[in-house]
Amino acid sequence: MNTHTLRSFEYWLIVYRRVWRGTIVTSFLNPVLYLTAMGIGLGQLVNRGGGIHHIRYLEFVAPGMLAAVAMQVAAVESSFPVRGAIKWNRQYHAMLATPLRAADLVGGHLMYVTVRVGVSALIYLAAITAFGAVHSPLALLGIPLCVLIGLAFAGPISALSAGADEEVFNPLFRFAITPMFLFSGSFFPVTRLPHGLRELAYATPLWHGVDLMRHLTLGTATLGWSAMHAGYLLAWVVAGVLLARWVYRKKLVV
Amino acid sequence: MSATAPLIHARGLTKRFGDFAAVDGIDFDVAPGEAFGFLGPNGAGKSSTMRMIGCVSPVTSGELRILGMDPATDGPAIRGRLGVVPQADTLDNELTVQENLFIYGRYFGLSRAEVRSRAKELLDFVQLGERAKSKVEPLSGGMKRRLTIARALVNEPELLLLDEPTTGLDPQARHLVWDRLFRLKQRGATLVLTTHYMDEAEQLCDRLVIMDGGKIKEEGSPPDLIRRFSSREVVELRFGTETTPPTVEAGAFNGLVVRAEPLPDRVLLYTDDGDALVPLAHEQLQPQSVLVRRSTLEDVFLRLTGRTLVE
Repeated sequence: MNTHTLRSFEYWLIVYRRVWRGTIVTSFLNPVLYLTAMGIGLGQLVNRGGGIHHIRYLEFVAPGMLAAVAMQVAAVESSFPVRGAIKWNRQYHAMLATPLRAADLVGGHLMYVTVRVGVSALIYLAAITAFGAVHSPLALLGIPLCVLIGLAFAGPISALSAGADEEVFNPLFRFAITPMFLFSGSFFPVTRLPHGLRELAYATPLWHGVDLMRHLTLGTATLGWSAMHAGYLLAWVVAGVLLARWVYRKKLVV
Repeated sequence: MSATAPLIHARGLTKRFGDFAAVDGIDFDVAPGEAFGFLGPNGAGKSSTMRMIGCVSPVTSGELRILGMDPATDGPAIRGRLGVVPQADTLDNELTVQENLFIYGRYFGLSRAEVRSRAKELLDFVQLGERAKSKVEPLSGGMKRRLTIARALVNEPELLLLDEPTTGLDPQARHLVWDRLFRLKQRGATLVLTTHYMDEAEQLCDRLVIMDGGKIKEEGSPPDLIRRFSSREVVELRFGTETTPPTVEAGAFNGLVVRAEPLPDRVLLYTDDGDALVPLAHEQLQPQSVLVRRSTLEDVFLRLTGRTLVE
């Protein structure tokens, strides 16, 4: 990590300093509301049928939502803010007039996503622990896992935000992020999905994050399986960063 | 690098976007301490040239050296010693004046303490000291421009690039910007600016080039260009809407008319002796009104780039 990347990160921190209170409240309220509604309300019905894989629904859904939140925070922070830095407040152009390079812009933004996702994950994890949904100290690894999930989405989405106009954000959230949120194993096992859709779910980075997160909070994680999930997510991070660097250079240094 | 080596050296500098040559093989040098201008109509290639000098746009072909370095390989090192006032503001409207200046200084690697003390000084210099804690959003266009200029000075640049620094500003704001730029010039700063305001070029530039269609048409100091491409004075004869202005040939009125330019409602007579020409023109052509003025860079510019609107 070079110092130029840190300077670009500092811009995002200054912006975050103005809005962090709001994000903390959201990060805290969201799990409380969702866990009450889904884990306890809906969970009572599910548990009457024997739970899922013999665990209470709250224990099933809580880690799934933790992983999904990492994706959502990263997706939001990599869409409009990136577009804005190019088109509205044009801060990326300001940065490029200084010693910073396109790769520093990508790096600084991903560091910021790391902080945003990390803080949200910490609060969420504390909340699900308070709800009694965590059974293993391995759950602490859920925070770096959330960062990994977040970065797996932040790379490709920031590349998209740099390469396309903001009209792309509605379809992105409607046809990619929301379906992934619903069908990647957060709320029910993907084995319930019909063939075709099930394989599609296995290919999403979110499913790998959800499955690994659940093994961490339940304390059932094995090294090999965990390494496969983490490796898959890491491949998305690397590919996304390379793609974002390429698009940033192509769009901003012309 | 010796003291007299140019800060910018360009030979055959070219920028292409696909088939279109925005900058088509231009040569120029900018010496330390000089105020150098690119003049030209919209689309002449001024901004593309400025972006190449600013090392944010790769050179298509030709040679470009800035501060003795090659933008293709030393971009970050060069940019660290430049101050850039871009054509469109790149301020974050949600942040305060101070925060915008602070973060920009940080991009250059200045320490927090250093950038804070410079920020105060620079905001006073551009008369924005009292607005330091205000958000940028409600500021007027002139204030934002001054903030952008202050920001461009935060790294104490050796070379200041200004792309249309006063476009869109009211006369008061323009004069304030000019005044600050003039002070920088007096302190020995090297300025490179683009403009399509001739008065701005005359006020600020020691030397300039007139660009059109991606090429440099002419080069010289403002008085030099006026001497070469215009006469000392211009007599403007107006004839009202009813009358068709008469045709006047060069050499008319005992050779006092160097060149004549008919326009829909008036005739411009370029001359070196307006006082001698006026009575003769009055008597023979009977215009509705007569105005004698000094030749300006605008006359040169219109002669070289034409009166036709290029879009």
